Amino acid sequence: MKEGKGRLRALINWLGPFIGLILVIILFSLLPDVRDRFLRVSNLRSVATQSVIVALGALGMTFVIISRGIDLSAASNIALSGVITAFAITAGFSPAAAVLAGILTGGLIGLTNGVLITSLRLVPFIITLGMLGIARGLAKWLAGNQKIDAPLTWVTELMVKSPRPRWLILAPGVWLMILLAVLLGFVLRSTVFGRHVFAIGSNEATARLCGVRTGRTKIFIYTLSGLLCGLAGVMEFSRLTVGDPTVAVGLELDIIAAVVIGGGSLNGGQGSILGTMIGVFIMAFLRNGSTMMGWPNYIQEIIIGLIIIAAVALDRLRYGREA
Amino acid sequence: MTDRGGGSPPFSAPRLVMRGISKNFGATAALRRVDLEVQGGTVHALLGENGAGKSTLMKILSGALRPDGGQMFLDGVSYAPANPLDGRRRGIAMIYQELNLAPHLSVEENLMLGREKQTLGFLRRGEMRRRVGEALELVHHPEIEANVPVGELSIGARQVVEIARALMERARILVMDEPTSSLSQEDMDRLFQTIRRLAAEGVGLVYISHFLEEVQRVADSVTVLRDGQRIFFGRMEQVTLNDLIRLMVGQEVKQLFPKVDHTLGQPVLSLTSLKGRRMSRPVSFELRRGEILGLAGLVGAGRTETLRALFGLDTVQAGRWEVFGRIAGRGGPARRIRQGLGFLSEDRQVEGLAMDQSLADNLTLSHFRPYSRMGVLNLRRQRRAAEEWTVRMNIKVRSVLHPVASLSGGNQQKIALARLLHQQADILFLDEPTRGIDVVSKSQVYEWIGRLAREGKSVIFASSYFPELLGVCDTIAAFHRGRVVDVRPAADWNNADLMAAATLGQA
Repeated sequence: MKEGKGRLRALINWLGPFIGLILVIILFSLLPDVRDRFLRVSNLRSVATQSVIVALGALGMTFVIISRGIDLSAASNIALSGVITAFAITAGFSPAAAVLAGILTGGLIGLTNGVLITSLRLVPFIITLGMLGIARGLAKWLAGNQKIDAPLTWVTELMVKSPRPRWLILAPGVWLMILLAVLLGFVLRSTVFGRHVFAIGSNEATARLCGVRTGRTKIFIYTLSGLLCGLAGVMEFSRLTVGDPTVAVGLELDIIAAVVIGGGSLNGGQGSILGTMIGVFIMAFLRNGSTMMGWPNYIQEIIIGLIIIAAVALDRLRYGREA
Repeated sequence: MTDRGGGSPPFSAPRLVMRGISKNFGATAALRRVDLEVQGGTVHALLGENGAGKSTLMKILSGALRPDGGQMFLDGVSYAPANPLDGRRRGIAMIYQELNLAPHLSVEENLMLGREKQTLGFLRRGEMRRRVGEALELVHHPEIEANVPVGELSIGARQVVEIARALMERARILVMDEPTSSLSQEDMDRLFQTIRRLAAEGVGLVYISHFLEEVQRVADSVTVLRDGQRIFFGRMEQVTLNDLIRLMVGQEVKQLFPKVDHTLGQPVLSLTSLKGRRMSRPVSFELRRGEILGLAGLVGAGRTETLRALFGLDTVQAGRWEVFGRIAGRGGPARRIRQGLGFLSEDRQVEGLAMDQSLADNLTLSHFRPYSRMGVLNLRRQRRAAEEWTVRMNIKVRSVLHPVASLSGGNQQKIALARLLHQQADILFLDEPTRGIDVVSKSQVYEWIGRLAREGKSVIFASSYFPELLGVCDTIAAFHRGRVVDVRPAADWNNADLMAAATLGQA
């Protein structure tokens, strides 16, 4: 009896994150109106492309949330980095320099978050809530409160649905997302830094006791999150081909939701890159399928809300009563 | 002194009678047919060493635990509380060391919390204010006014607020557990006045404290517990302080402390008038290679605070100290670990272990170096090393990848200890290393401490359970209210001396 229960729990444990994704895919594959189009390669391709920006933000957010933090400034940071990238290209810098500038802007915002959190000893919620406003304001200020039109370069090709050399199959941005997910999954699982992230989130006092430099590690975590938001900002610019300071409002909540659906615990110490990526795809498939069905926006919002609650409830089942 | 254990009470018609109370936790008997009688209008001291059964008995009284046997009567009426709330309603009030007040609310709001007077949902402020006024008048404390937020009061005043709250509940029996351990002399005197006034109102008070002098000052009668049994009950005038100490400690019980031969070498750690942020006074002592130094003292006596300052968990404000002949300098735990220090926290749950992380990670967290190259971990090597350690430390687990929370207290403590051994610390600070673990695990811990000393490591062993210090240590320093009372070779101490030093500050 107990053995059987344990095995069931182990199975749920393993499949947990996948179950949701599989259910969503099965659901739309069965619905008569969309089943022909839903699983077509071209549709899968566009789902993948639509996932890139949230995914990049969520990769960094996974580290943040596992360390028992939160980064509310992620979406503003994406907007600011996109604007900077556009700004740099219009100002005549090379596309590569512009991309670098965008990424570094994101990193700088993240670094500032990390330094403020550790030096002022305020909770991440407050610091990044402040930064949410600051970064958004900066973006609007720099862009003169309007969109920045930038000349077409290779940067604007990063997110096209059918990439130029056809053998690429997926947009360069999608490949970059996959590459980073694999890399960061490895970093989280099998590096000293990754273990320290878990230790800090699980019990910061213990981490300190064991000689983990908690301040330095946190600064690193938020900088990493910022850099990834910077890259997401570049992708946002690439998708829109303009630098728009008002883009991605509220996207930080999608990003956080993806991590949480993927098993990340806001109490820290739990989460994985695989889970987060699944969370990202669950939301992307839902959006895509609902749009195909012609369901209005509000229905999508309700469904995603329900999914978040269900996912965390499932988490409770997996890890016992805490959470 | 007359030992009347089990005999008739020295007063008549007690407010509270607990008769033949027994309680078992698994195979261990925490209480064996214990009697307790408390008169209204008197202060009754409940004494005993750590683990003697005081808190179990009080938990049964409050309704937090159900007894396995025995009966209780309140004012002659049978009393069997279903839970602490039930106990409170029947007139049992408990005041613990950790206070239970809402710091942002005012004194009045705290006192009325949960029993706000209302008519159709509107608060009846006038009546509330009157009742609060009555209660505050009774406990009279100059700092306390009805509309001051509790968070702005001193610890002593907060304690008085708790007492006032107990009065609002019309407490018949008021239990105070170590009420003075964090009080100033002035607050203590005021508290005793309050206690006297309460007794005059007819409340029966149960007073638990390790500070025997104040117990003698405040209590009318006394019950002494040892190993879960009542061994003395009588009036306070019948006994001297030394009698009480002897009753609490009992005959020198020869416990099994595995003696491991080891020799002492050069000093490895020396402090001169060192004062940490949370230490009330500077402290000086020396630790030699291969030495086991005991820090004896009650909770809050300064043992833990000293170790935390040394390990970089609290800032050092004054004094100098050397590790292996070098000035230790400033730094946090990371630097201390590099200097060869290791620290075992007294609180496994809150600080010692990351409970939801795996056993392997907890064990190796302070020393990943053997398994990492350029920051990348070899997870297989880490897991294998963790498995070896569990075998060496005699920890039975199914997998080292399971979370630490799934282990028993004793095994958790072994993991925390194994971490220090794994990080190859040369000087180990062990703060209450045997707290809350079973006897078999305890004696294993003692043996490891001895073996470490034989390997030339040095250990500081802080404990409030003195027999273990006497059984294991080479040298013992006794702490009393932040001060080192005396440092002597363990052979020159006995349990009664240590108790006298720790409870009275007498060298």
